[in-house]
Amino acid sequence: MRRTVEEALLPALVALLVAAVVGDVLILSFGQSPGSVYRLLIDGTWGNAYGFGQVLYKTTTLTFTGLAVAIGLRAGLFNIGAESQLAAGGFLAGLAGLMLPMGLPALATLPIYIVAAAAGGAIVGGIPGVLKARFGAHEVITTIMLNFIVLALLNYLTAAHLKVEGTLHTAEIHAGALPRLSSMIGAFRGSAANVVLFLALITAAAVAWFLFRTRRGFELRATGLQPAAAEYGGVNVGGVWWRTMALSGALAGIGGLNYVLGYKHYYEESFASGAGFLGIAVAIVGRNNPIGVVVAAFVFATMSQGGLAVNAVVPKQIVDVLQAVVIIAVAASVPEVRRLARARSAA
Amino acid sequence: MSSVESSASAPIAIRLSDIYKSFGPVNANRGASIQVARGEIHALVGENGAGKSTLMRILGGMYAPDAGKMEVNGRDVTGWTTAEAIDAGVGMVHQHFMLVPTLTVAENMMLGREPTSRGQLDSARVAREVTELSKRTGLAVHPQRKVADLSVGEAQRVEILKTLYRGAKILILDEPTAVLSPPEIDELWRVLRGMRERGETIVLITHKLDEVMEISDTITVMRHGQTIAQLTTTETTPAAIAKAMVGRDVQLATHYGETSSRSLELPSASLLEVRDLVVDGPRRASAVDGVGFSIAPGEILGIAGVEGNGQTELLEALAGLRPVRSGSTSVAGRDITALSVKSRGDAGLSHIPEDRHARGLVLDYTIAENLILGQQHRFTTGVRLDNDAIIDNARRQIDAFDIRPAVPSVPARALSGGNQQKIVIAREMSRGFQVLLAAQPTRGVDVGAIEFIHARLRETRNAGKAILLVSADLAEVLALSDRIAVMYGGKFAAVLNRRDASEEVLGPYMTGAEHAA
Amino acid sequence: MRKLLIVVGVLLAVHVALLFVRPSGSAQAAAGTGSDRGVNVGLVLDIGGLGDKSFNDGAYRGAVRAEKELGAHIRLIEPGEESDRESGLRLLAAQHMDLVIGVGFIFTDDVTQLAKEYPNINFAVVDYAIATDKAGNPIPPPPNVAALKFKEEEGSFLVGALAALVSRSKKVGFVGGMDVPLIQKFEAGYKAGVRSVCPNCTVISQYAGVTPIAFRNPGKGKELALSQYQQGVDVIYHASGSTGLGVFEAARQTGKYAIGVDADQYSEAPGRVLTSMVKGVDVAVFDMVKRVRDKTFSGGIYTYGLAQNGVGYVYDEHNRALIPDSVRARVEQLKGEIIAGKIPVPSTR
Repeated sequence: MRRTVEEALLPALVALLVAAVVGDVLILSFGQSPGSVYRLLIDGTWGNAYGFGQVLYKTTTLTFTGLAVAIGLRAGLFNIGAESQLAAGGFLAGLAGLMLPMGLPALATLPIYIVAAAAGGAIVGGIPGVLKARFGAHEVITTIMLNFIVLALLNYLTAAHLKVEGTLHTAEIHAGALPRLSSMIGAFRGSAANVVLFLALITAAAVAWFLFRTRRGFELRATGLQPAAAEYGGVNVGGVWWRTMALSGALAGIGGLNYVLGYKHYYEESFASGAGFLGIAVAIVGRNNPIGVVVAAFVFATMSQGGLAVNAVVPKQIVDVLQAVVIIAVAASVPEVRRLARARSAA
Repeated sequence: MSSVESSASAPIAIRLSDIYKSFGPVNANRGASIQVARGEIHALVGENGAGKSTLMRILGGMYAPDAGKMEVNGRDVTGWTTAEAIDAGVGMVHQHFMLVPTLTVAENMMLGREPTSRGQLDSARVAREVTELSKRTGLAVHPQRKVADLSVGEAQRVEILKTLYRGAKILILDEPTAVLSPPEIDELWRVLRGMRERGETIVLITHKLDEVMEISDTITVMRHGQTIAQLTTTETTPAAIAKAMVGRDVQLATHYGETSSRSLELPSASLLEVRDLVVDGPRRASAVDGVGFSIAPGEILGIAGVEGNGQTELLEALAGLRPVRSGSTSVAGRDITALSVKSRGDAGLSHIPEDRHARGLVLDYTIAENLILGQQHRFTTGVRLDNDAIIDNARRQIDAFDIRPAVPSVPARALSGGNQQKIVIAREMSRGFQVLLAAQPTRGVDVGAIEFIHARLRETRNAGKAILLVSADLAEVLALSDRIAVMYGGKFAAVLNRRDASEEVLGPYMTGAEHAA
Repeated sequence: MRKLLIVVGVLLAVHVALLFVRPSGSAQAAAGTGSDRGVNVGLVLDIGGLGDKSFNDGAYRGAVRAEKELGAHIRLIEPGEESDRESGLRLLAAQHMDLVIGVGFIFTDDVTQLAKEYPNINFAVVDYAIATDKAGNPIPPPPNVAALKFKEEEGSFLVGALAALVSRSKKVGFVGGMDVPLIQKFEAGYKAGVRSVCPNCTVISQYAGVTPIAFRNPGKGKELALSQYQQGVDVIYHASGSTGLGVFEAARQTGKYAIGVDADQYSEAPGRVLTSMVKGVDVAVFDMVKRVRDKTFSGGIYTYGLAQNGVGYVYDEHNRALIPDSVRARVEQLKGEIIAGKIPVPSTR
């Protein structure tokens, strides 16, 4: 047990420290003091309720896209399409919102929205899954290509048929928009954080339960670790592939609710910008573990919001560099730690 | 061949004294010592987990010892690195090949030390040098062939050649015969003897006693990380070595030949019935080319043959892992030709796959998880896995099959080969089944475990089940089977009763020199 | 494992040591708002931010000028994703800026909303999208929001006249991005400009599409431009975002002329860019800062045309050789007449 904890925490610790030191050097190169810039970063994120709310808001979307990528990786599938799956989920949710009659209570509409968002993502994710199971098309290629196709399609539909003139978004949803956290805790006033955050946490727990406690999860992980052994163990590997891709897409799609239902109350063109791709980093840093994903999402959300907070003093790109350093450092230190752990157990 | 005298007078090539090495709580070496004279073939024997591989990896520079002294050719090399070991001419041939399948033999040879002339790769030179080396050692391989197209035996030759190409004078071979057929083994012995004559030193890690007796000059026996005995081959017996390895008396292969009395009776309705099976392989169409047979309750049908003659494809097709072009299979009278792997299991088919690392186990899963692989639907309540039942099952199997360590939560990867195989055997034998497909059931497994596995197979047979046994180890086929089929070129070249079969009789069928109607 | 812990220790030590390094001159920047009387201005760019050689750079230029000439303190925020726009505005509002500017019509909703929460802070939005009520009447922005609009048609009129005067074939072209009223404004002014100096000239006018992608499709831009050049057109004016890069490419290939938009695009095809219709985002930003300093700021619609230097065309050392003095004189004359109100410039086609 102790080893598992070390194995899980050490890479993250090393990664954050490496990033911190690189950040120090970059900040110094802009003639600023690392201490005061980091303080500004903390003040702008965890240091005040609004900043913290924004961190939570960003954590929500990243948790969903991180879970999407992580569950794919658990099955040995690299889903690069979370970006368009997120957008499609948000789009269908927005569409559902336009059709639902005004005045329905949120409790009645929420399941409809979740199903709509999940369906949007599942369709976009499921297509590469079926293509892989059926024809052996590599999911990395197909998900990348689908990103372009789906985003272009959504942009067209929005621009040509759904948008309000002079904007890039659809008309406002009136049925069952979700309350923001600020309606419960006043200090969050203005922040976009909303109750989809709780949905994200529940989803993370559900994914963990599914992966580690159910037969499907057992078969999914076996497929990811050793497809030949899973096949031998009576698992329909192709079935696991397409089901997992659809599930992965659905997870990303539900993430679209955060913006569409929780924040803006309308679908807006390119609202997903980057959160899908950042989900890959979140999954890698979170070691494909649902709890790890939530933690990693929080870290990346903090960096993203922190980037805004320090923007006035140093270029925002410093934070982009730091995110990249964290990813590289984790990717580099995971095998190293695992090798050490394995060497100890070998005889 | 007067190895005793030569080892006494020849200078010492390797001397490791009192080596200690632990990995966390596991003490792999606890004062192990080995001494090998130049120009001899030395067998390092011991059960899996005895610390043989660790000791040799220390010699190869992959690990540094915690304590102890290492000398090579009289020089103190304690704690050296792999690079230093290679420079000093110590080369290791691993059990799992480290070759790039998409490159040619010559390209694999030069990987890491590419010779250039005027900035360009000098592949012609490499090809020339490889051919020369190949001629000198008798390790025949064409330098321009792709590694992916080579047989296992050929790939191993390339591994050995690669090591020699890098200037090895001391060659360490880790269980080299585990993947070879009898003719390939003979070929290997010829090459090793040739190297010995040229004054090169060879250490052979093995636990096959017939090999030890046949090829080695001197022997070191290890058990539990310690050196138990240093022997001269001509002065010892297999029984003595086995006793030193296991620490007690062992039933040895000399008792082979005892077969079930049942096989002499007329078989009742067969449990496994295969008709005109044609199966396409990954590289060859009709890798199985019209094979038909049946196995009665209480019978073991052994398939002998050089690897690559369709045995793998036959077993995979029977297990449902490879599509069938034509023909049919039935288990206990039920046609299973179109069934999925899972339904075949439910229909009474059990399968010990030939490659436990790729198929038989999910290496990163725990012992407990691996013990339910393929039967996960029987350990499920609703959609949930029943953890208590899984752990219960694991405790029982660990106990019954003596799997070590006896901890359900340890990942399979951390176990020795023999214990890994015991997981597979335990799992496949504990499910309700009528027919057992056993492919290479003792490959890479130590003597104690072989004895155990063989006993279980006989018990299963005696309990009235049908067993199809495929093994590259002819002695194993002869020891266990009631009938023996020889597979050559995708067909059964002969099917013989055990009492009519012997190595001499089967040999010609295996090489395709003879066919039976 | 021990090695890894040593690595952790060393990194930690280095990091802690660096935390206390204070380069000279770092203090006041980090401290943010100064203590003197300068106006505090927050500027939120759009995603993509600095370096777009257009809107965002223009706004930044205006802010830098205000910093130098008016002693303003500028805080800049470049959003990384959609929700960062509002977040950036809020961060600045919470820091009690005197003026917060959103660069781009996409800020319209967020600023309108925020202006109600912060009635004591002045806001401005470049290209603010004015909504209309059900009767079709424009809804004015909140009292503390300045909607910065530009008379693109006036600038387009001048480059239209210039194109017609330089054209030998008496055929000129227009390539628009997405076919929407905002871009039709450019087309209308351009056509009127052509007619005013050459009633017989032909204008071939095409759009790259009906979705926002039409602003990011250089391939389509090149295709349209090549076909126009083939039909005898020798000057093309584009109002199509990065689709215009394809227009410049076509101009380079055929040796004909193109006219840039929003910012000076001479460097996209040196020698082939006749001029550019420039939008004075910098002028508008500077003007806003000045009004806040002089306490003359009030909400409402601000329109920047030729008279305010809010739009114009490029005439400098690069393109001087391409424009004969007589042409220049004629265009300047037209400019004067527009400013004087003698020529009405249409904004719809």
